[in-house]
Formats: sequence, C-alpha cells, structure tokens
Amino acid sequence: MNAPRYTTTAIALHWLMALLLTALFGVGLYMHDLPVSPWKLKIYSWHKWAGVSAFLLVLARMAWRRAHRPPALPRNMTNALRLAAHAGHGLLYLLMIAIPLTGWLMSSAKGFPTVYFGVLPLPDLVDKNKGLGELLQQVHQLLNFLLAAVVAAHVGAAAKHHLVDKDGVLLRMLPSRSR
Amino acid sequence: MKSFALIALVGLAVAPLAEAAEFNSLQADKSTLAFVYKQMGVPVEGRFKKFAARISFDPARPAAAKAELDVDLASIDTGSSEGDDEVAGKGWFDTQHFPQAKFVAGGVKALGGNRYEVSGKMSIKGRTRDVTAPFSFSQQGNVGVFDGAFVLKRADYAIGEGEWADFGTVANEIQIKFHFLAGAGK
Repeated sequence: MNAPRYTTTAIALHWLMALLLTALFGVGLYMHDLPVSPWKLKIYSWHKWAGVSAFLLVLARMAWRRAHRPPALPRNMTNALRLAAHAGHGLLYLLMIAIPLTGWLMSSAKGFPTVYFGVLPLPDLVDKNKGLGELLQQVHQLLNFLLAAVVAAHVGAAAKHHLVDKDGVLLRMLPSRSR
Repeated sequence: MKSFALIALVGLAVAPLAEAAEFNSLQADKSTLAFVYKQMGVPVEGRFKKFAARISFDPARPAAAKAELDVDLASIDTGSSEGDDEVAGKGWFDTQHFPQAKFVAGGVKALGGNRYEVSGKMSIKGRTRDVTAPFSFSQQGNVGVFDGAFVLKRADYAIGEGEWADFGTVANEIQIKFHFLAGAGK
C-alpha cells in the first residue's frame, strides 16, 4: 500500500506523547490527594518535569507539523466530518499547550516554583497568591478532563476509520512495516 | 568646598549623639523572621508569624550588645497549610513538647562598615548548637534596622526525622533570614 503516511518523526512524536500524556494524567489523578510525605514531594516534582517535557515536545511537534504537512484526509469524508476532524485536532493541540502552562502558573501561584529536573528554574510568571493557585488548580483539572474527553473522541474516530470506513487513516499513524 | 566642610563639621557634631543611641524595643509588627528551604531542588519560602526578641544594641558598642529571641514554632508558615500541619508533628518540630525555639546571643563583633556578626546558642527541640550570623545595621531616624541571614542545618536539631531524614527530598541546609526593626529607648 502506498497511501500517503505521516513522517516517521511525526509518528514517533505522536506515540511518545500519547504514552507521556496518559502517564501524566494518571499520575495527576493519583497524586492530588496524597498525604504529605517525601514520596508526594518527589512525585509532584516528577509530574512537573514530565509536564515541562510534554510542553517542549508539543512545541517541537508543532514546528515539525508546520514543515511537514500531514497527509490529506480521505476524499470520501463529508465536509461536516472534515470540520470535526480539524476542530478536534486543533483542540488537542490547544489543550496540549494550555495544560502545561496552567500547571506551571499554578505551581508559581502556590509558591512551589518549577525547577526542571531539579536544576533549571523556570521563571515565576505570577506571584504567590493562594486564591489564584486554587483557581488555576481547578482550571488545570478541568482542562485535563476535557483533554481526556477529546482523546476518547480521537480514539473513537480512529477506530471508526479503521473498522467501519476501512480507509487506512489509522495505518498512516502506525509505524510502517518493513517491506 | 566650604559647604562640604560645614556638612562635615555638623556631621562630627551630631555623630556622638547618634552613636549613643541604644536600640532596644523591637517593633514586632514590622519585623520578619523568614526562611528558605529546598525540596527537590526547589527553593520554597516560609516564615514564622510569632516571635519575641529582646534586643539592646548600640552600634558604637557592639561588644555590649544583648539579644534573645523566642520563636513560637507553631506559628510557622511553610508555604502550604498541609506543610504547616506536617512540621508541627513529632518528626519535625514536635511543637507539643517543644513549642519554642530560643536563641541567646553570646556576643556581637563589628566586621567593619555597617556589618556585624552575632554568635550565640540556638536551642530547638531540646538540642542546643552554636550559631553565627552576620548582619547589617542601619539607622532610619529613631529606628534601627537589623538585616541578616545564616544557614541552619536541620539535622543538627533533628528537624525532619524518620522518612524525612534523607536530604534528597528536603535539603539539610535551611536559610534563615531576619529583618528586625527596633526603636531607640532608654
């Protein structure tokens, strides 16, 4: 099959981020109501480091996407579905940017700045402010649940393309088998 | 030149009066006792909201200075309320048995300029250690301003025992920063 595919770099970034974001989401759910302990301090820092990494990865991914446009959608898709696909992907990128940003701002507002891998301090864009910290925490959480919903729709759409439409859309994002 | 000489003359005349002042009434509401600790390499600021200090300090006679500080450990603000509850517990300050930290100055020496150094004994959680803290002193009208900082090692006082004893999560070195205002009195 010689259908147009995503580049190997785009495929690698997609699946790397899929794994990383799933782990970040799970860890976030697990850690938020832990009692204070060295383990909690550690896991919060790890979550922040991974979140900064995810933010850098999405920037790299967007730069790559600019230079290497994704393959066109199948011709037989209706306009409404095309619109939904583009809107869905746009929302995924928006959330992948907004979620780490709210996490970073929330850390500063709560007075626990982010130090990437314990060595590189990120600047505090907002001052310590308890109310703002709690608000940003709620926004961070809400955006994550929204992301989970959009990802579920994304997975559902991929499954529908593969199982119902049988149009090879999912295969374009899978590692190519050796010929 | 003439006016400069005049200012110098006035300065000389006033200086002995100013130097005679002894600063001994702490303005608690304007003074702060803060600290910075590092967790996972992240500097976090905290402070003590309640403390009492008895200071008598004459910059002209630092050797005669006296200072005593009592810190209400339960008044700690670690930067988060869950942190405040945690450090009141047995493994940290054990405030139920050791509600106060106490510092008693043994002496102050001049380091030149407006710099001084106080040394004395710090007692926390039943343990007493020698500490030394450099500070600067400046006079603003009738008020003396003391600004200093020093590093306290939490393990010296068993602050953070058991699971917290490892410095990998919370570092051993805690920076203490004091900013005291004291009025001149008799």
